[in-house]
Amino acid sequence: MSLANAPLATPLRITGIRPEGAMSYRLMEMGLIEGAQVEVVRRAPLGDPLHVRLGDYHLSLRASDADLVDVSDH
Amino acid sequence: MSHPETAGLCTCTSPPTESHGSDNTAVRPATVATVGNPNTGKSTLFNALTGFRRRVANYPGVSVDVGRGPVRDAARPIELLDLPGTYSLAALSPDEMVVSNMLCGRVERAERPDCILAILDASNLPRNLYFFSQLADIDLPIVVALNMTDIAEARGIAVDAGRLSERLGVPVVPMVATREATVKPLLEALDAALDGAAVATRTQLPEALVHEAAALRETFGGQLHFAEAIRVLLDRDGYAEQQYLERGGDPNVISEARARLNEAGIDGPGAEVRARYAWVAKILDGVISRPDKPIRTASDRLDAVLTHRFGGALALFAVLFVLFQGIFSFATYPMDWIDAAFGSLGGLVGGVLPEGILNSLIVGGLIAGVGGVLVFLPQILILFAFLAVLEDCGYLARAASMMDRVMRAMGLSGRAFIPLLSSFACAIPAIMGTRAIADRRERFVTILITPFMSCSARLPIYLLLITAFVPTERYLGGWVGLQGLVMLAMYLVGVIIAIPIAWLLKKTAFAGPSAGFMLELPSYKWPRPRAIWQRMHFAGKHFLVRAGTVILAVSLVVWALGYFPHSASTASTVRQKGVEQGWDEAKLESELAGAYLRESYLGRMGRTIEPVIKPIGWDWRIGVAIIASFPAREVVIGTMGTIFNLGGDVDEAHTGLRDAIQAATWPDGGGPVFTLPVALSIMVFFALCAQCSSTLVMIGRETGSWVWPVVSFTGMTTIAYFAAWAVAAAARAAGL
Repeated sequence: MSLANAPLATPLRITGIRPEGAMSYRLMEMGLIEGAQVEVVRRAPLGDPLHVRLGDYHLSLRASDADLVDVSDH
Repeated sequence: MSHPETAGLCTCTSPPTESHGSDNTAVRPATVATVGNPNTGKSTLFNALTGFRRRVANYPGVSVDVGRGPVRDAARPIELLDLPGTYSLAALSPDEMVVSNMLCGRVERAERPDCILAILDASNLPRNLYFFSQLADIDLPIVVALNMTDIAEARGIAVDAGRLSERLGVPVVPMVATREATVKPLLEALDAALDGAAVATRTQLPEALVHEAAALRETFGGQLHFAEAIRVLLDRDGYAEQQYLERGGDPNVISEARARLNEAGIDGPGAEVRARYAWVAKILDGVISRPDKPIRTASDRLDAVLTHRFGGALALFAVLFVLFQGIFSFATYPMDWIDAAFGSLGGLVGGVLPEGILNSLIVGGLIAGVGGVLVFLPQILILFAFLAVLEDCGYLARAASMMDRVMRAMGLSGRAFIPLLSSFACAIPAIMGTRAIADRRERFVTILITPFMSCSARLPIYLLLITAFVPTERYLGGWVGLQGLVMLAMYLVGVIIAIPIAWLLKKTAFAGPSAGFMLELPSYKWPRPRAIWQRMHFAGKHFLVRAGTVILAVSLVVWALGYFPHSASTASTVRQKGVEQGWDEAKLESELAGAYLRESYLGRMGRTIEPVIKPIGWDWRIGVAIIASFPAREVVIGTMGTIFNLGGDVDEAHTGLRDAIQAATWPDGGGPVFTLPVALSIMVFFALCAQCSSTLVMIGRETGSWVWPVVSFTGMTTIAYFAAWAVAAAARAAGL
């Protein structure tokens, strides 16, 4: 399941990321890597970007970037 | 040197000095660079250590603000450097590249720091330690300021600072930057670090990568740090590679090294990121403890409302409404005082000084010029106070995030929203505000479309022409007025034109992959009054010094063009006519002022461009008003006043001017000059033109090139001209 389609308010674990370009490497550097805990807190009023809790902090990222991240709910 | 692509990068090819001359170490203070992720309280700590003595240091080729300030109460003189906040040494923008360049001593005329002060957020350690692990590859002593221990505690996160220090191999000082007492132990740690040779523990990176980095350093004669070599190898087409090539590096060497790395399974920074995060996990094992379930903080509860699907949108509208209300309503009181003060000062001085050139220069040029600049200071201060509060408390990140979807339609991102919002007050602080946009292409596009937003200087023009020419019809039971609708249309026309312009710029001059959008949403916190005052002070000073000098200079030039030649023959012709037609003193004076202007260089310019503007339906007098308003749009009101024989001192509420422009006719029995189509076309012209010298200067300064102000001016003037023509033609066709 991709992070972009993940259900809200559910604890998830990242199982893989397919980096495409410098920006997605930055997302990895921000902590979006295999094994990290993530949760989609809510979506912005227009449905995009996503507001996620990543480990100890909150991050806003676009659905198109979240789509590169695979997650599982354990 | 100032090629935009390389702005912010060190373009020097000379080998940087790795050590400092021994002859001046006694007098030179030690330099400590503060670095860290954004939102870690870096500036708060900087202010606590230096006592708010931050000054901006300028280095050749560096467009970013690098702050400097001496440390208070230090055992030895220490100069603190405030580098931009960044998540990584893998730079995505010139601003981020500056951090690596400063730390490696690659910036011309800037000494290499003697020590790094790394600020880590205790409430968010893994991501902060990731950056630390990159810093450890730069061979400089490091001291860790473990900040925000209070927030960490509130979230139930406990960090064992002693064990962390042991594992990292560097001193770790737990602290809360907003409480000065907790900052003091940092001074001791810095002093010890500057003497000692504490070496930070390095991350075990993949062997092949370490090997290739060493080999690359060798081919470069050692003039490349290990951390830089890693970046050159891993970040394809990145800023580090670009700089390596500029310094004379061989492109074949890196492509061969990358091929070998590929064989070893390393095809980009992914391997490095994973290795570093694995290291971070090992370091933190037994050092950090967290609650099993994240504690729901006050910040989380606030977010549930402020970024809620409906509540969030409502809150954003409310914030924008108060912001605009502040700029347009609250600001009018101080603005009126300033206006009145300069008006009476002008009257006073004008009364004392004898009639003549000196009187005109001081009253019409100097006092009116300075007043014209100062009058915008309240709006700038209010705007900056508002934005500083919103930013400091953490709301701006949410606003930018919520607007991202809207901004994407123009090829921009949520980051561009804040500067565009500010530009409804004034484009100058807005352009300064674009520095927060990391991506160069997006930043430049944002800079180029900010002047399309209707700033406060357009308001007087709209007010004058709407009240004079738009009928006071009301619709929907009197709730909606035609005049108000036209005013709204004037604000919308800039926005509507800016959308395709931004889209076009992103497709042509700034084509390239989208920088995407990713923004940390920091915890909400109370805004700090001192930090807000600092922002207001800086913005106000910047505005007065930079824009003030330029506006003043151009105002004086326009005054001179409008005053000279001021020949005696013009005066005698008018006087003779006055005697023939029996004018009273006031009539004679205003006719005289009008005649002088008609015969001035400015008047001649107006008549020269008349053939160009005639298709729109404008006469030479409107042409003069447009030329004279080049320094600042609001000048047009005063110029029209003079030109329609009223003397210089009029404002939009002056019914005399309104009556005069309504009565103005074409010569030789022609119809009225100002009709509704002409009035509409003038408003549209001013909504879209780039008649603001300060904005153009600011565009040049912030893009580091004179090309963009020229493009901006010619482009916007062309668009404004054709839009004015189209509006006039459409209005005439509609029989208005």
